[in-house]
Amino acid sequence: MNTAPGLETLRFEFPGTKPAGSFAPVLVGVVGSGNLELLLEPDSAPVCRVTVQTSARGFGNIWEAVLRDFHERHRLSGVSIAINDMGATPAVVSLRLAQAAAEIA
Amino acid sequence: MRNWSSSADSRRERLSRAAPLALHKQVPAAQTVALLEAVLQPGDRVCLEGNNQKQADFLAHALTQVDPRRVHDLHMVQSVLALPEHLDVFENGIASRLDFSFSGPQAARLAQLVSAGRLRIGAIHTYLELFARYFVDLTPRVALIAAQAADADGNLFTGPNTEDTPAIVEAAAFSRGIVIAQVNEIVDTLPRIDVPGGWVDFVVLAPTHNLIEPLFTRDPAKISEIQVLMAMMAIKGIYAEYGVQRLNHGIGFDTAAIELLLPTYGESLGLKGRVGAHWALNPHPALIPAIEAGWVESIHSFGSELGMEDYIRARSDVFFTGSDGALRSNRAFCQAAGHYACDLFIGSTLQIDLAGNSSTATLGRIAGFGGAPNMGADSRGRRHGSEAWLKAGRQARDGMTGARGTPRGQKLVVQMVETFREHMQPAFVDRLDAWTLAEQAQMPLPPIMVYGEDVTHILTEEGIASLLLCRTDEEREQAVRGVAGYTEVGLGRDRRAVENLRDRGVIQRPEDLGVDPRLATRNLLAARSMRDLVDASGGLYAPPARFRNW
Repeated sequence: MNTAPGLETLRFEFPGTKPAGSFAPVLVGVVGSGNLELLLEPDSAPVCRVTVQTSARGFGNIWEAVLRDFHERHRLSGVSIAINDMGATPAVVSLRLAQAAAEIA
Repeated sequence: MRNWSSSADSRRERLSRAAPLALHKQVPAAQTVALLEAVLQPGDRVCLEGNNQKQADFLAHALTQVDPRRVHDLHMVQSVLALPEHLDVFENGIASRLDFSFSGPQAARLAQLVSAGRLRIGAIHTYLELFARYFVDLTPRVALIAAQAADADGNLFTGPNTEDTPAIVEAAAFSRGIVIAQVNEIVDTLPRIDVPGGWVDFVVLAPTHNLIEPLFTRDPAKISEIQVLMAMMAIKGIYAEYGVQRLNHGIGFDTAAIELLLPTYGESLGLKGRVGAHWALNPHPALIPAIEAGWVESIHSFGSELGMEDYIRARSDVFFTGSDGALRSNRAFCQAAGHYACDLFIGSTLQIDLAGNSSTATLGRIAGFGGAPNMGADSRGRRHGSEAWLKAGRQARDGMTGARGTPRGQKLVVQMVETFREHMQPAFVDRLDAWTLAEQAQMPLPPIMVYGEDVTHILTEEGIASLLLCRTDEEREQAVRGVAGYTEVGLGRDRRAVENLRDRGVIQRPEDLGVDPRLATRNLLAARSMRDLVDASGGLYAPPARFRNW
């Protein structure tokens, strides 16, 4: 996979317990300064897979904490989440995750 | 035998020294420095009118031009240090002591001058506290004020920006002090009289109009979705929960978002008529849509706001206006109104610690407080009941006995912050910078803006922490950590304790409040641009040029 210079790629996988079933992919947010784009899609594996591409390097521990909290809240299984981030605060990340999850709830 | 009228004697001497410069009460602008040298004496306490909006800027400049061999060691007492001239007088050796409230724009330079020993700060005050001391132990000998217009008798018309003027003039004029006013124009007949001429000694027609800063204008285009989310939580979790009818909003985009959500989200919750009827508030342009939708019954203001003049004139049922139709603001009365007659204060801050103390002081800057500590404090002298105040009081005292359990109400004091400010600066800290600042500037107390003891709620994008429900320091700490998100303070939370607080309703997440994150978009704002605000006002609001972006 090609990664633009300066971007950091982070991958996370959480074991889910609530199968999301089939749903139309959900896109929330836009790529812009302090913002991010998030694509939530069905995945064949019984887990919640997250791939983050971010322009703000060195915040892996905060990404993990934000995503872990999200996962503990929803426990989604059979989904994959792709995030393209341009320095969004954890507040924006959490809001986008909540918006996407609400769409398939 | 003691002379019991030495201050009257001194006043007579000063007036006679200045008499050759004045015709009736008017002094030519070119003679202003000479006037100040005639009436001022070393060691005088001088009140220079300067607040966060209106500035006696011509007199401030003239004061920097006096000869420091004749006029020195002045003790400046003033609301706000906003202009470079306000600090030049200390650099020039004209003044040496300072008592004030707020120094936002000059905060860094003030800190430098203090550490260089060029000035001594008596104390940093809230506005009302400083005005109070004008009548006790900080009475000005000379007051330098600003007004819109004067007539031949020295009567003054302040226009909509009356602000601090009545408090300053009252203190000086009735203690044998000298009152000097700069005015924008001299007219035969004033639209109304805000300060009687008998209280004014000299009038200077300034060559340029006095500065007024449009400090309370927020462009809705800059409101973020997170601010929309937080505003939804404020309206549903606090305004609706307590039935808040009488309130004050601090300055900033967080509270502007609330104002712009009342006619949309508030309306959808059926809250019109149940919250937000009476305000102690400057004429915030962001409140126009709520006013137009019929939410607001009354607004009393500290000062005015540039561009709102015609709108205010056309909405005299809502605003306090004179017989001439223009706003009459009054900072002292509005501060009293905010303290005693409002049930809620909500505002932003820069740092919050584990006890809920909040401060806008950061290292290297002595910024002061302004009015926030007075609004953001429980009013211990209050005795009248209201739904919101009584409910908060019951919650805060539930289960307590003796003096602390005696029934009384409590002001709702809400601190509203995103967990990270710009550049990932955490809003939650283990230790406020205020402590270090107090050590560096040798202050007797850290400059805390709102004490944790007074804060009833902390609202972040993570939820609401109801501190008034906490009973121990440990609970309070975990409640703060529980809404501190992914800051170090937030990551350091005891997860079980926080979940326990959530079960008890001490911490409420957006989903606990029934706030749908999908609604948290800018589409929920009743106005999304300056142009929208103008349209909402029916073309009556005329924003200053810098906000005209269409």
